This record gives sequence, structure tokens and C-alpha cells, in this order.
Amino acid sequence: MKVIISVLGKDTVGILAKASGVCADCNANILEVAQNVLGDVFAMTMIADIDKLSVSFDELSDRLNAMAEEMGLSVRVMHEDIFNSMHRI
Amino acid sequence: MLNIGDIQETITMIQDEHLDIRTVTMGISLLDCIDDDINKACDKVYEKIARYAERLVPECESIEKRYGIPIINKRIAVTPIAMLASACPTSNPVHFAHALERASRTVGVNFIGGYSALVNKGFSAGDYALIESIPQALAETEHLCSSVNIGSTKSGINLDAVAKMGGVIRKAAELTADRNCIGAAKLVVFCNAPEDNPFMAGAFHGTGEPDCVINVGVSGPGVVAAALKKAGDCNITEVADTIKRTAFKITRMGQLVAQEASRRLCVPFGIVDLSLAPTPAVGDSVAHILETMGLEHCGAAGTTACLALLNDAVKKGGVMASSHVGGLSGAFIPVSEDAGMIDAARNGHLCIEKLEAMTAVCSVGLDMIVIPGDTSAEIISAIIADEAAIGMINSKTTAVRLIPAIGKSVGDELEFGGLLGSGPVMPVNTASPARFIHRGGQIPAPIQSLKN
Repeated sequence: MKVIISVLGKDTVGILAKASGVCADCNANILEVAQNVLGDVFAMTMIADIDKLSVSFDELSDRLNAMAEEMGLSVRVMHEDIFNSMHRI
Repeated sequence: MLNIGDIQETITMIQDEHLDIRTVTMGISLLDCIDDDINKACDKVYEKIARYAERLVPECESIEKRYGIPIINKRIAVTPIAMLASACPTSNPVHFAHALERASRTVGVNFIGGYSALVNKGFSAGDYALIESIPQALAETEHLCSSVNIGSTKSGINLDAVAKMGGVIRKAAELTADRNCIGAAKLVVFCNAPEDNPFMAGAFHGTGEPDCVINVGVSGPGVVAAALKKAGDCNITEVADTIKRTAFKITRMGQLVAQEASRRLCVPFGIVDLSLAPTPAVGDSVAHILETMGLEHCGAAGTTACLALLNDAVKKGGVMASSHVGGLSGAFIPVSEDAGMIDAARNGHLCIEKLEAMTAVCSVGLDMIVIPGDTSAEIISAIIADEAAIGMINSKTTAVRLIPAIGKSVGDELEFGGLLGSGPVMPVNTASPARFIHRGGQIPAPIQSLKN
């Protein structure tokens, strides 16, 4: 199973590092990262494997949200099922 | 493989286009709570709801978190209370209303529906007592919703019930005049009421349903409007195809949430309701979809045709996306709950007669319409009769949720707040239908009912 983490906000040093840090702490294995910076707006989509997550999904989501709040960013943490069900038959 | 474009599309739908799950509604049968002692029956009702729905709200919140999709309302629908009231005919059914309200507060749901009676062919003692008590029940509770089914294609229209409901609606508004007549906004009169509807105020748990069930209603007018804007100046067939594709995606999400809620709560999955339910928020309006199709204002000539296409395309797109479809399933046109409808009504482009025509091709009926406070009970009853006739003849659900704005007249507005929105007082035809309404009796079932 995978989680999709999308981060949006003002570009600053260490966003990717902090988000990856939370994933590592929770034992979520990052598979793919796509990011771009337009002007000073940072947008990143990260896909991580959560089969061996050491905490609950809710806990991972809470930790990422706390990190985003601290850095003044917005984050969405979504299970892959919503994308698979919406875009696959 | 997950595609970044698909991921972005879903996130945009949720973030910018108001895509959400409007409601996860747990249907609970109360048939095993029937008792000839009303106090005992109320205790059983409270205990069963509190036990069955204990985990409803926390599990829905956890699902919201897992999929990143808001679930706006968590609701409960119960067996029509008139059936329980029939066992204790000498007691005031309003005790049940208080028990339901207490249960709804204990489990933390937004609404509880089922203070209802099905009288399409006549009244039992319990039905009559319950209908009499509706205004008081709605005035003394906050989360309770009530509905009465007064007709069906199979049985015709109970004109005695129609006559009664005009007065009940007026009284519900009068008793809550200090709270913007909110009582009448929580009361709906149906013809051909569905037994698995997750939407309020008309949700109740039909007798053919299992002991407990999860039904889900999706939203998404903003997503459809955005897709049509993107499609630009295409022909009307392409408009229909765009709506179908979008409805499919919206409904898949509803199906996913319904299955997950059913699994977590260990309750069977009932249906996904395909309705496009608007909210008063800008960008979440069914009227704006019709305007995007090419009407200057909702209510203009052409509105009924556009709505018919929308309603049909939503069903065609949605039906393949879910294993079980039911409830109302179609586009809603509640005036006070839709920013585009409110504007059109304010500007005089949308009148009750046009809305009545629209109800012949969409999912429900004259919904959340504010009418002058001095409208007589007979006129309200006659509007119900007209709407029920459309439902009866066309074998579809129709409903009436009118709010007489006590002390107000055309030009004034009522403000309910939240999902119920606000609405201008709309003029009604004041010619008297009193003699027709007071004839009483039953409008016979139409020839369409003889299908066997």
C-alpha cells in the first residue's frame, strides 16, 4: 500500500528533508518524488510505501500535518486507494 | 502506476471544486424497540442507537483522514417512528423525538431522520398522532428531521393527509418563528419516498431494509461545473459525455468511502446515492452548472432541458461506478442551499412555477423554498398536491419542503445558516384551492400503477 503526500507552500530550506525525516521516523519508504518551484512557490508530490509503517496511518498523517504547520505549509496525506478508485476501472 | 496528473486532478477537485462526501448515513431498524409503554420504548430506542452508532463519527473522521476527503455530515436514519407510536396510541409521540435527540447528541451526528409516517393510503392511530406532534417535535429538538409520505404511484394520493400537512408545515414554522422558522426546513412531504435515502430531511430506514446499513451520499456540483468550463464551446452531446465522465469519478469515491465505512463498522453497505447535492458556497451550485451549459440565468427558458440532460448524465456516469445505487439519485435543486438558485430567485429569473416544471425531470421537488408568511395552509396543501401528482404520474420521487416565513413577505429574506443557506421570500399564486383541498378522500392510483 502507498501513501501520497502533497506539499504546497512558500519555498524554504529543508522542506523535502523534513518531510522525508517524518517518513523515515514512521518507517514509510519513499518511492517517488516529483517537485517543482515556481517563483517562490514550492509544490511536491511524494509517493511512499506504507506496508511496514511503524505507526498508524492516522499518526503518520498527524505528524506530517504538524510538520507542515510548523513550516507554514499545507500538506495532504492521502491513501492511494482514492486515486486508484477514481481513475481506474 | 499512479500518475501525477491524476493525483493533481483529484486534489484540485477536493481543494478548489468542493468535492466532498456529503453524508455517511447509518440506517437503524427500531422495529425491535416497539413497546406499549412509551417510556420503555424510548429507552430501547436510545440504547439501540447509542450502541449501534457509537463508532460512526470517529470511524468517519478516520476515513476522512485516510483518504483526505471531507465527510461533511454523519447522520442516522431510523424506522418511521409512527410504527412505534402505533403501539402506544394514548401517549404523545413527542417522547420519541426527545429520545432520538438525546441519542443524536450522545453519538455526535449532525442529523437524525425518521420522525416519519407513511400515509399514502390512509392513517393508523400512530400515524395521526405522530403527524399532529411534528411541529412540537421539531421546535423542541435541534437535530431531528421529519418526513411524511402522502402518495405513491401504486396507491394514489391521500388528499386528507395532503390537507393536514399544509397546516402542519405552517405550525412548524410558527412555533420556530423566532429561529427563522427552522422547524419547516426540517420537514419534507413526499410522494414515492425512497426507503434508503441518505439525505435529510427525508431520510428514514424502510421496513424492507436490514437491521443496520450504511448509505452514502456524494456531492460535487463544483467538479461538474469546472469540467464543463474546461470543455468550452463543445456541442451538447459532448457536454453530456463530460458530465458522465465526471459523475463516474465522483461516484467511485463515494463507493470507496461506503465500502470502507461498511467494513470498519461491520455493517452492510446499502447504496451510494448519485445525487449532485449543492451547498450555498460559491462554486458548489447546480444552478451554475446549468448556466455553464449556456443559460444566462437559472430559470431561463431552456432550464428544464438542461436539467434533464444533467440529471440523466449523472445517473449514466454514476451507475457503473457503484455496485448498489439507490436513494434519490439525481440533481437536487434546493433554492436556499444553492448560491446560483438564490441569485436567480432574488433577481426574479426563477419562480415557483418554473421550479415545479424542473422537478418533473430531476431527483426531488420543491425544496427549501421560502414563501410569504401569510400563505394559507390550503395553498401549501395544494402545492403539495401538484408536486405529488408529478411524482405519482411519472413514477418518481417528488417532495415539498416549503418554509412559510412568518411575519415576512416578498422582498424579505430568511437566513438559516450552514448547509441550509438563505433564501428570498418567493411569491405564490394566491387564488384559493380551498374547496378542492377540503374534499378529502384518496386520489386513485393512476393507470401507470397497473403493471402486473
